[in-house]
Amino acid sequence: MKFFIRRAVFYVITAWAAVTLNFFIPRLLPGDPVQSLLSRYQGNIDVNAVKSLRVLFGLDSQKPLWQQYFDYFGQLFHGDLGISLQSFPTPVSEIIGQSLPWTIGLVGMSTIIAFVLGTLLGIVLGWHRGTKWDALIPLTTFFSSVPYFWIALIAIAVFGVNLGWFPLSGSYSPDVMPGLNMSFIASVCYYSFLPALTIVISSIAGWILGMRNMIVTVSSEDYVTVAQAKGLPESDVMFHYAARNAILPQISGFALSLGFVVSGTLVMEQVFSYQGIGYRLLQATSNNDYPLMQGIFLIITFSVLIANILADIVYALLDPRTRKEA
Amino acid sequence: MAQVAVQATETLKPAVRKHFVFLRNTKSIVGLAIFGFFLVVGLIGPWIAPYSPDKVSTAASEPPSAIHWLGTTQTGQDIFSQLLVGTRGVMVVSISTGIIATFIAAAIGVTSGFLGGMWDEMLSMFTNIFLVIPGLPLIIIIMGMMKEAGVGAIVLIISLTGWAWGARVLRSQTMSLRSRDFVEASRANGETRFRTIFFEILPNLTAILASTFIGTVTASIMSLVTLSYIGVIPPSDWSWGTVLYWAQNSGAFTQGLWWWYAPAGLCVALVGMSLALINFGIDEFVNPRLRNTGMNAAELKKRKIYPRIGFTPVVQKAASKSRLKTVHSSVSNSRLVASERNNDGK
Amino acid sequence: MENKPSFEAEPALTINNLSVDYGFTDDAVHALRNVNLTLHKGEVLGLAGESGCGKSTLVYAATRLLPPPGLITSGEVWVTGDDGKQYNLLALNDRQLRRERWVDTAIVFQGALNSLNPVYKVGYQIKDAIKVHRPKWSAARREERAEELMDMVGIAHDRLNAYPHQLSGGMRQRVMIAMALALEPKVLIMDEPTTALDVVMQRQIVQQIMELRQKLGFAVIFITHDISLLIEIADRIAIMYAGEIIEDGKAMELYRQARHPYTKGLIGSFPPLHGARKELGGIPGSPPDLADLPQGCPFMARCAYARPECASYDVALQPTGLPQDSVGHTVACQLFVELQKDGVPLPTGLVNS
Repeated sequence: MKFFIRRAVFYVITAWAAVTLNFFIPRLLPGDPVQSLLSRYQGNIDVNAVKSLRVLFGLDSQKPLWQQYFDYFGQLFHGDLGISLQSFPTPVSEIIGQSLPWTIGLVGMSTIIAFVLGTLLGIVLGWHRGTKWDALIPLTTFFSSVPYFWIALIAIAVFGVNLGWFPLSGSYSPDVMPGLNMSFIASVCYYSFLPALTIVISSIAGWILGMRNMIVTVSSEDYVTVAQAKGLPESDVMFHYAARNAILPQISGFALSLGFVVSGTLVMEQVFSYQGIGYRLLQATSNNDYPLMQGIFLIITFSVLIANILADIVYALLDPRTRKEA
Repeated sequence: MAQVAVQATETLKPAVRKHFVFLRNTKSIVGLAIFGFFLVVGLIGPWIAPYSPDKVSTAASEPPSAIHWLGTTQTGQDIFSQLLVGTRGVMVVSISTGIIATFIAAAIGVTSGFLGGMWDEMLSMFTNIFLVIPGLPLIIIIMGMMKEAGVGAIVLIISLTGWAWGARVLRSQTMSLRSRDFVEASRANGETRFRTIFFEILPNLTAILASTFIGTVTASIMSLVTLSYIGVIPPSDWSWGTVLYWAQNSGAFTQGLWWWYAPAGLCVALVGMSLALINFGIDEFVNPRLRNTGMNAAELKKRKIYPRIGFTPVVQKAASKSRLKTVHSSVSNSRLVASERNNDGK
Repeated sequence: MENKPSFEAEPALTINNLSVDYGFTDDAVHALRNVNLTLHKGEVLGLAGESGCGKSTLVYAATRLLPPPGLITSGEVWVTGDDGKQYNLLALNDRQLRRERWVDTAIVFQGALNSLNPVYKVGYQIKDAIKVHRPKWSAARREERAEELMDMVGIAHDRLNAYPHQLSGGMRQRVMIAMALALEPKVLIMDEPTTALDVVMQRQIVQQIMELRQKLGFAVIFITHDISLLIEIADRIAIMYAGEIIEDGKAMELYRQARHPYTKGLIGSFPPLHGARKELGGIPGSPPDLADLPQGCPFMARCAYARPECASYDVALQPTGLPQDSVGHTVACQLFVELQKDGVPLPTGLVNS
């Protein structure tokens, strides 16, 4: 239980910290970009929307800071993230609602695939250290050393432009009707294949190397030698003794580096013009759509936190030591 | 008690303690050499660049040639010069970020690990928060709101979002050092915390500090290149990312101008790999279990040695290697028989 | 202690000329050099020596469990199988070795905490070995056997469903013993099984092992640095120094009539079992660097009886040659045979007990 309470406290505080960061950033930065934007849209904006933006960006300077802070939280609890300036006057929450499923589908799926595949390969590499499998290490190091978006660009150049196997951009073919029909789903899969492949290729290296090192480290634990002394089959020792223990730090590592991985994949969406959160974020940045930028940052942070909670649950299921305190 | 009896455990680990200096590790040396090369380029790049990176010419979209080693852009700019000039920006930002982030990481991680208790709880919570909050989107929104950010601001922001991982590693290492004898002794001697940290703990963290530095340098190169690629950092400051920004915006990828986009990415990859290699060396230094056994796979295979847990390889050497013993044991065997006869019973 | 088997008993495990290197390169450390040792059926053999003398290395190499960069460079290890036939353990392939393991020889490791897989229940860890080696047994029969084993080591059945972290240190070590006895091995190797435990617990565990040995009749190699414990429980003791066995004999004889100067020092460094308190002495100096062994006797530098000739002789175990010692009492010291042959008298300190 102690484990869960600690984690719960951590998540609450992290969520609070993210919101607070979001509150202070526009207030601390020089200039008043939102003010100038507001004056540009003067008269076109609904009074309520103006009020909401004032709360979000601290334009009610006559109010004391703590009052602004409380108003801000109050507004967030109602799900009001302001309105987008670029797609005026759509609420930010609506834009996020539209693009989040695409990101969760693409980034979420491919990250999980990369993690599972990378971990399995890491087991093999770690277990067969000193054999020909070692040759894979320089290759994985290379892929972990290049920026994600560059691999994406190369993938487009090779598979999209030169070979013409995959579309260069977009999330589905303009010829199909979005909805729960086969041709739409097929199109989505086809369009997401290349982005997904790039995410897997560029993020898998970290999981491979991490798991390999964990396997190597765990392999010299006594219980692995005991397992060999018992004459258990190779696969038993490898999976039930070495990998089963090495996976625990691997999962904590997964949770902690998720923020980093997600950061990298967001740019990927832009490269492929894939209509997810990352694409929207970069669009918002170049269009000075501050409410949308901030809203997206919050949502990304919360998604990473939720993914962390899931990873914690998996960890707790795998490690009996977190379940019962002796 | 007798000195013989005091030691309780017998170590299974070999007594070889020669490969301790991580800089002697081959991987580290190769990594350092490559990184050193880029450092030099960063230093002299702008002076040896054959053209000004901004200078347009009529030689548009030309593939690599003797005049333009890495070809030209759509507006006839020399790509090789752009990369040479851009190296400095990458090096300056990444190294200063590395220094600042490592400093923050050390301050927070070591304090947290050394003090323990409530302080540790709070500081490691703080560290984990920074670890979990996705850094790049945060940087993007800050940069997006700031506009006109100078190099200093870029360095500061990347450092502030990139220290957490190092702090985590340093914290756990400090915790394990804290309980070692020499630190206990220093504390028992009434040394101040300050002295203990600076003279007993920090010297033993050198390897971890180095790896933290390298880790943050790597991460900041990635961040910088990504940020300038998406145009959050003004594209007038040349860096490898800027080259990619222009390449993307001019459709180099769809027109097959590979010389425009490939070299910049390869530069990032090369520097990244060099840093990874240095870190491998350090990892093997810190965690002896990761260390290779001093022989490459091919040579081991030739001798039919397959090192693994639970199946010690057996390679019967020639008898000559076993010094004089075989002779002696045969002698003593015959003696044994003889003495058996003499010593019938007791 | 009363019914000690005689040394003419059949061997359960014979180690011939076993040599081990650490490291695969030319600058490897020669951790074991031509070690010969025989464990007889039903016997308790104690293996003692300073830290780093190679006693653990010896048993791990003999079972081929030595981790990299360990390398066996010579030797044979003969084990008597279930069918009574002898086989060389070092010549087996992986499959044969796996089949032999835990059935003929079992090991109890040093640290009980690290010997158990933290993520599985202890019952699972006892039964997985049974499942592999007794494939025809039903789940119920495996469960029954696991309970029987828990009874043997005096732990309640419901602890089979406990995870290692839920057990105390002593209980974990008992579980390890139960696990090792699961397939009724003929040879049980115990590598400092009580190091991590408190004194009372140590006593209980050692007692239990000895009782189980009486009942089940397996042979034991018991490794410890605590030579006074060995004198109490072992039938025979072998003393190791710098990767070699330097003395081997019946327990009480070794205690009363230690011959090797090192053994004398080792025994002198422990309080006596009975009788008057005497002053404890250590052995000055430290063991030689195995990577850079001097020629001749490795103990020479620390030996009070050393003579110039010791530097040119290579040491091998041989009978002490003294009439008051029994036949099996061997010592690796040239003072006993080689030098006497040359007319050098044995120092009185070594003859007297």
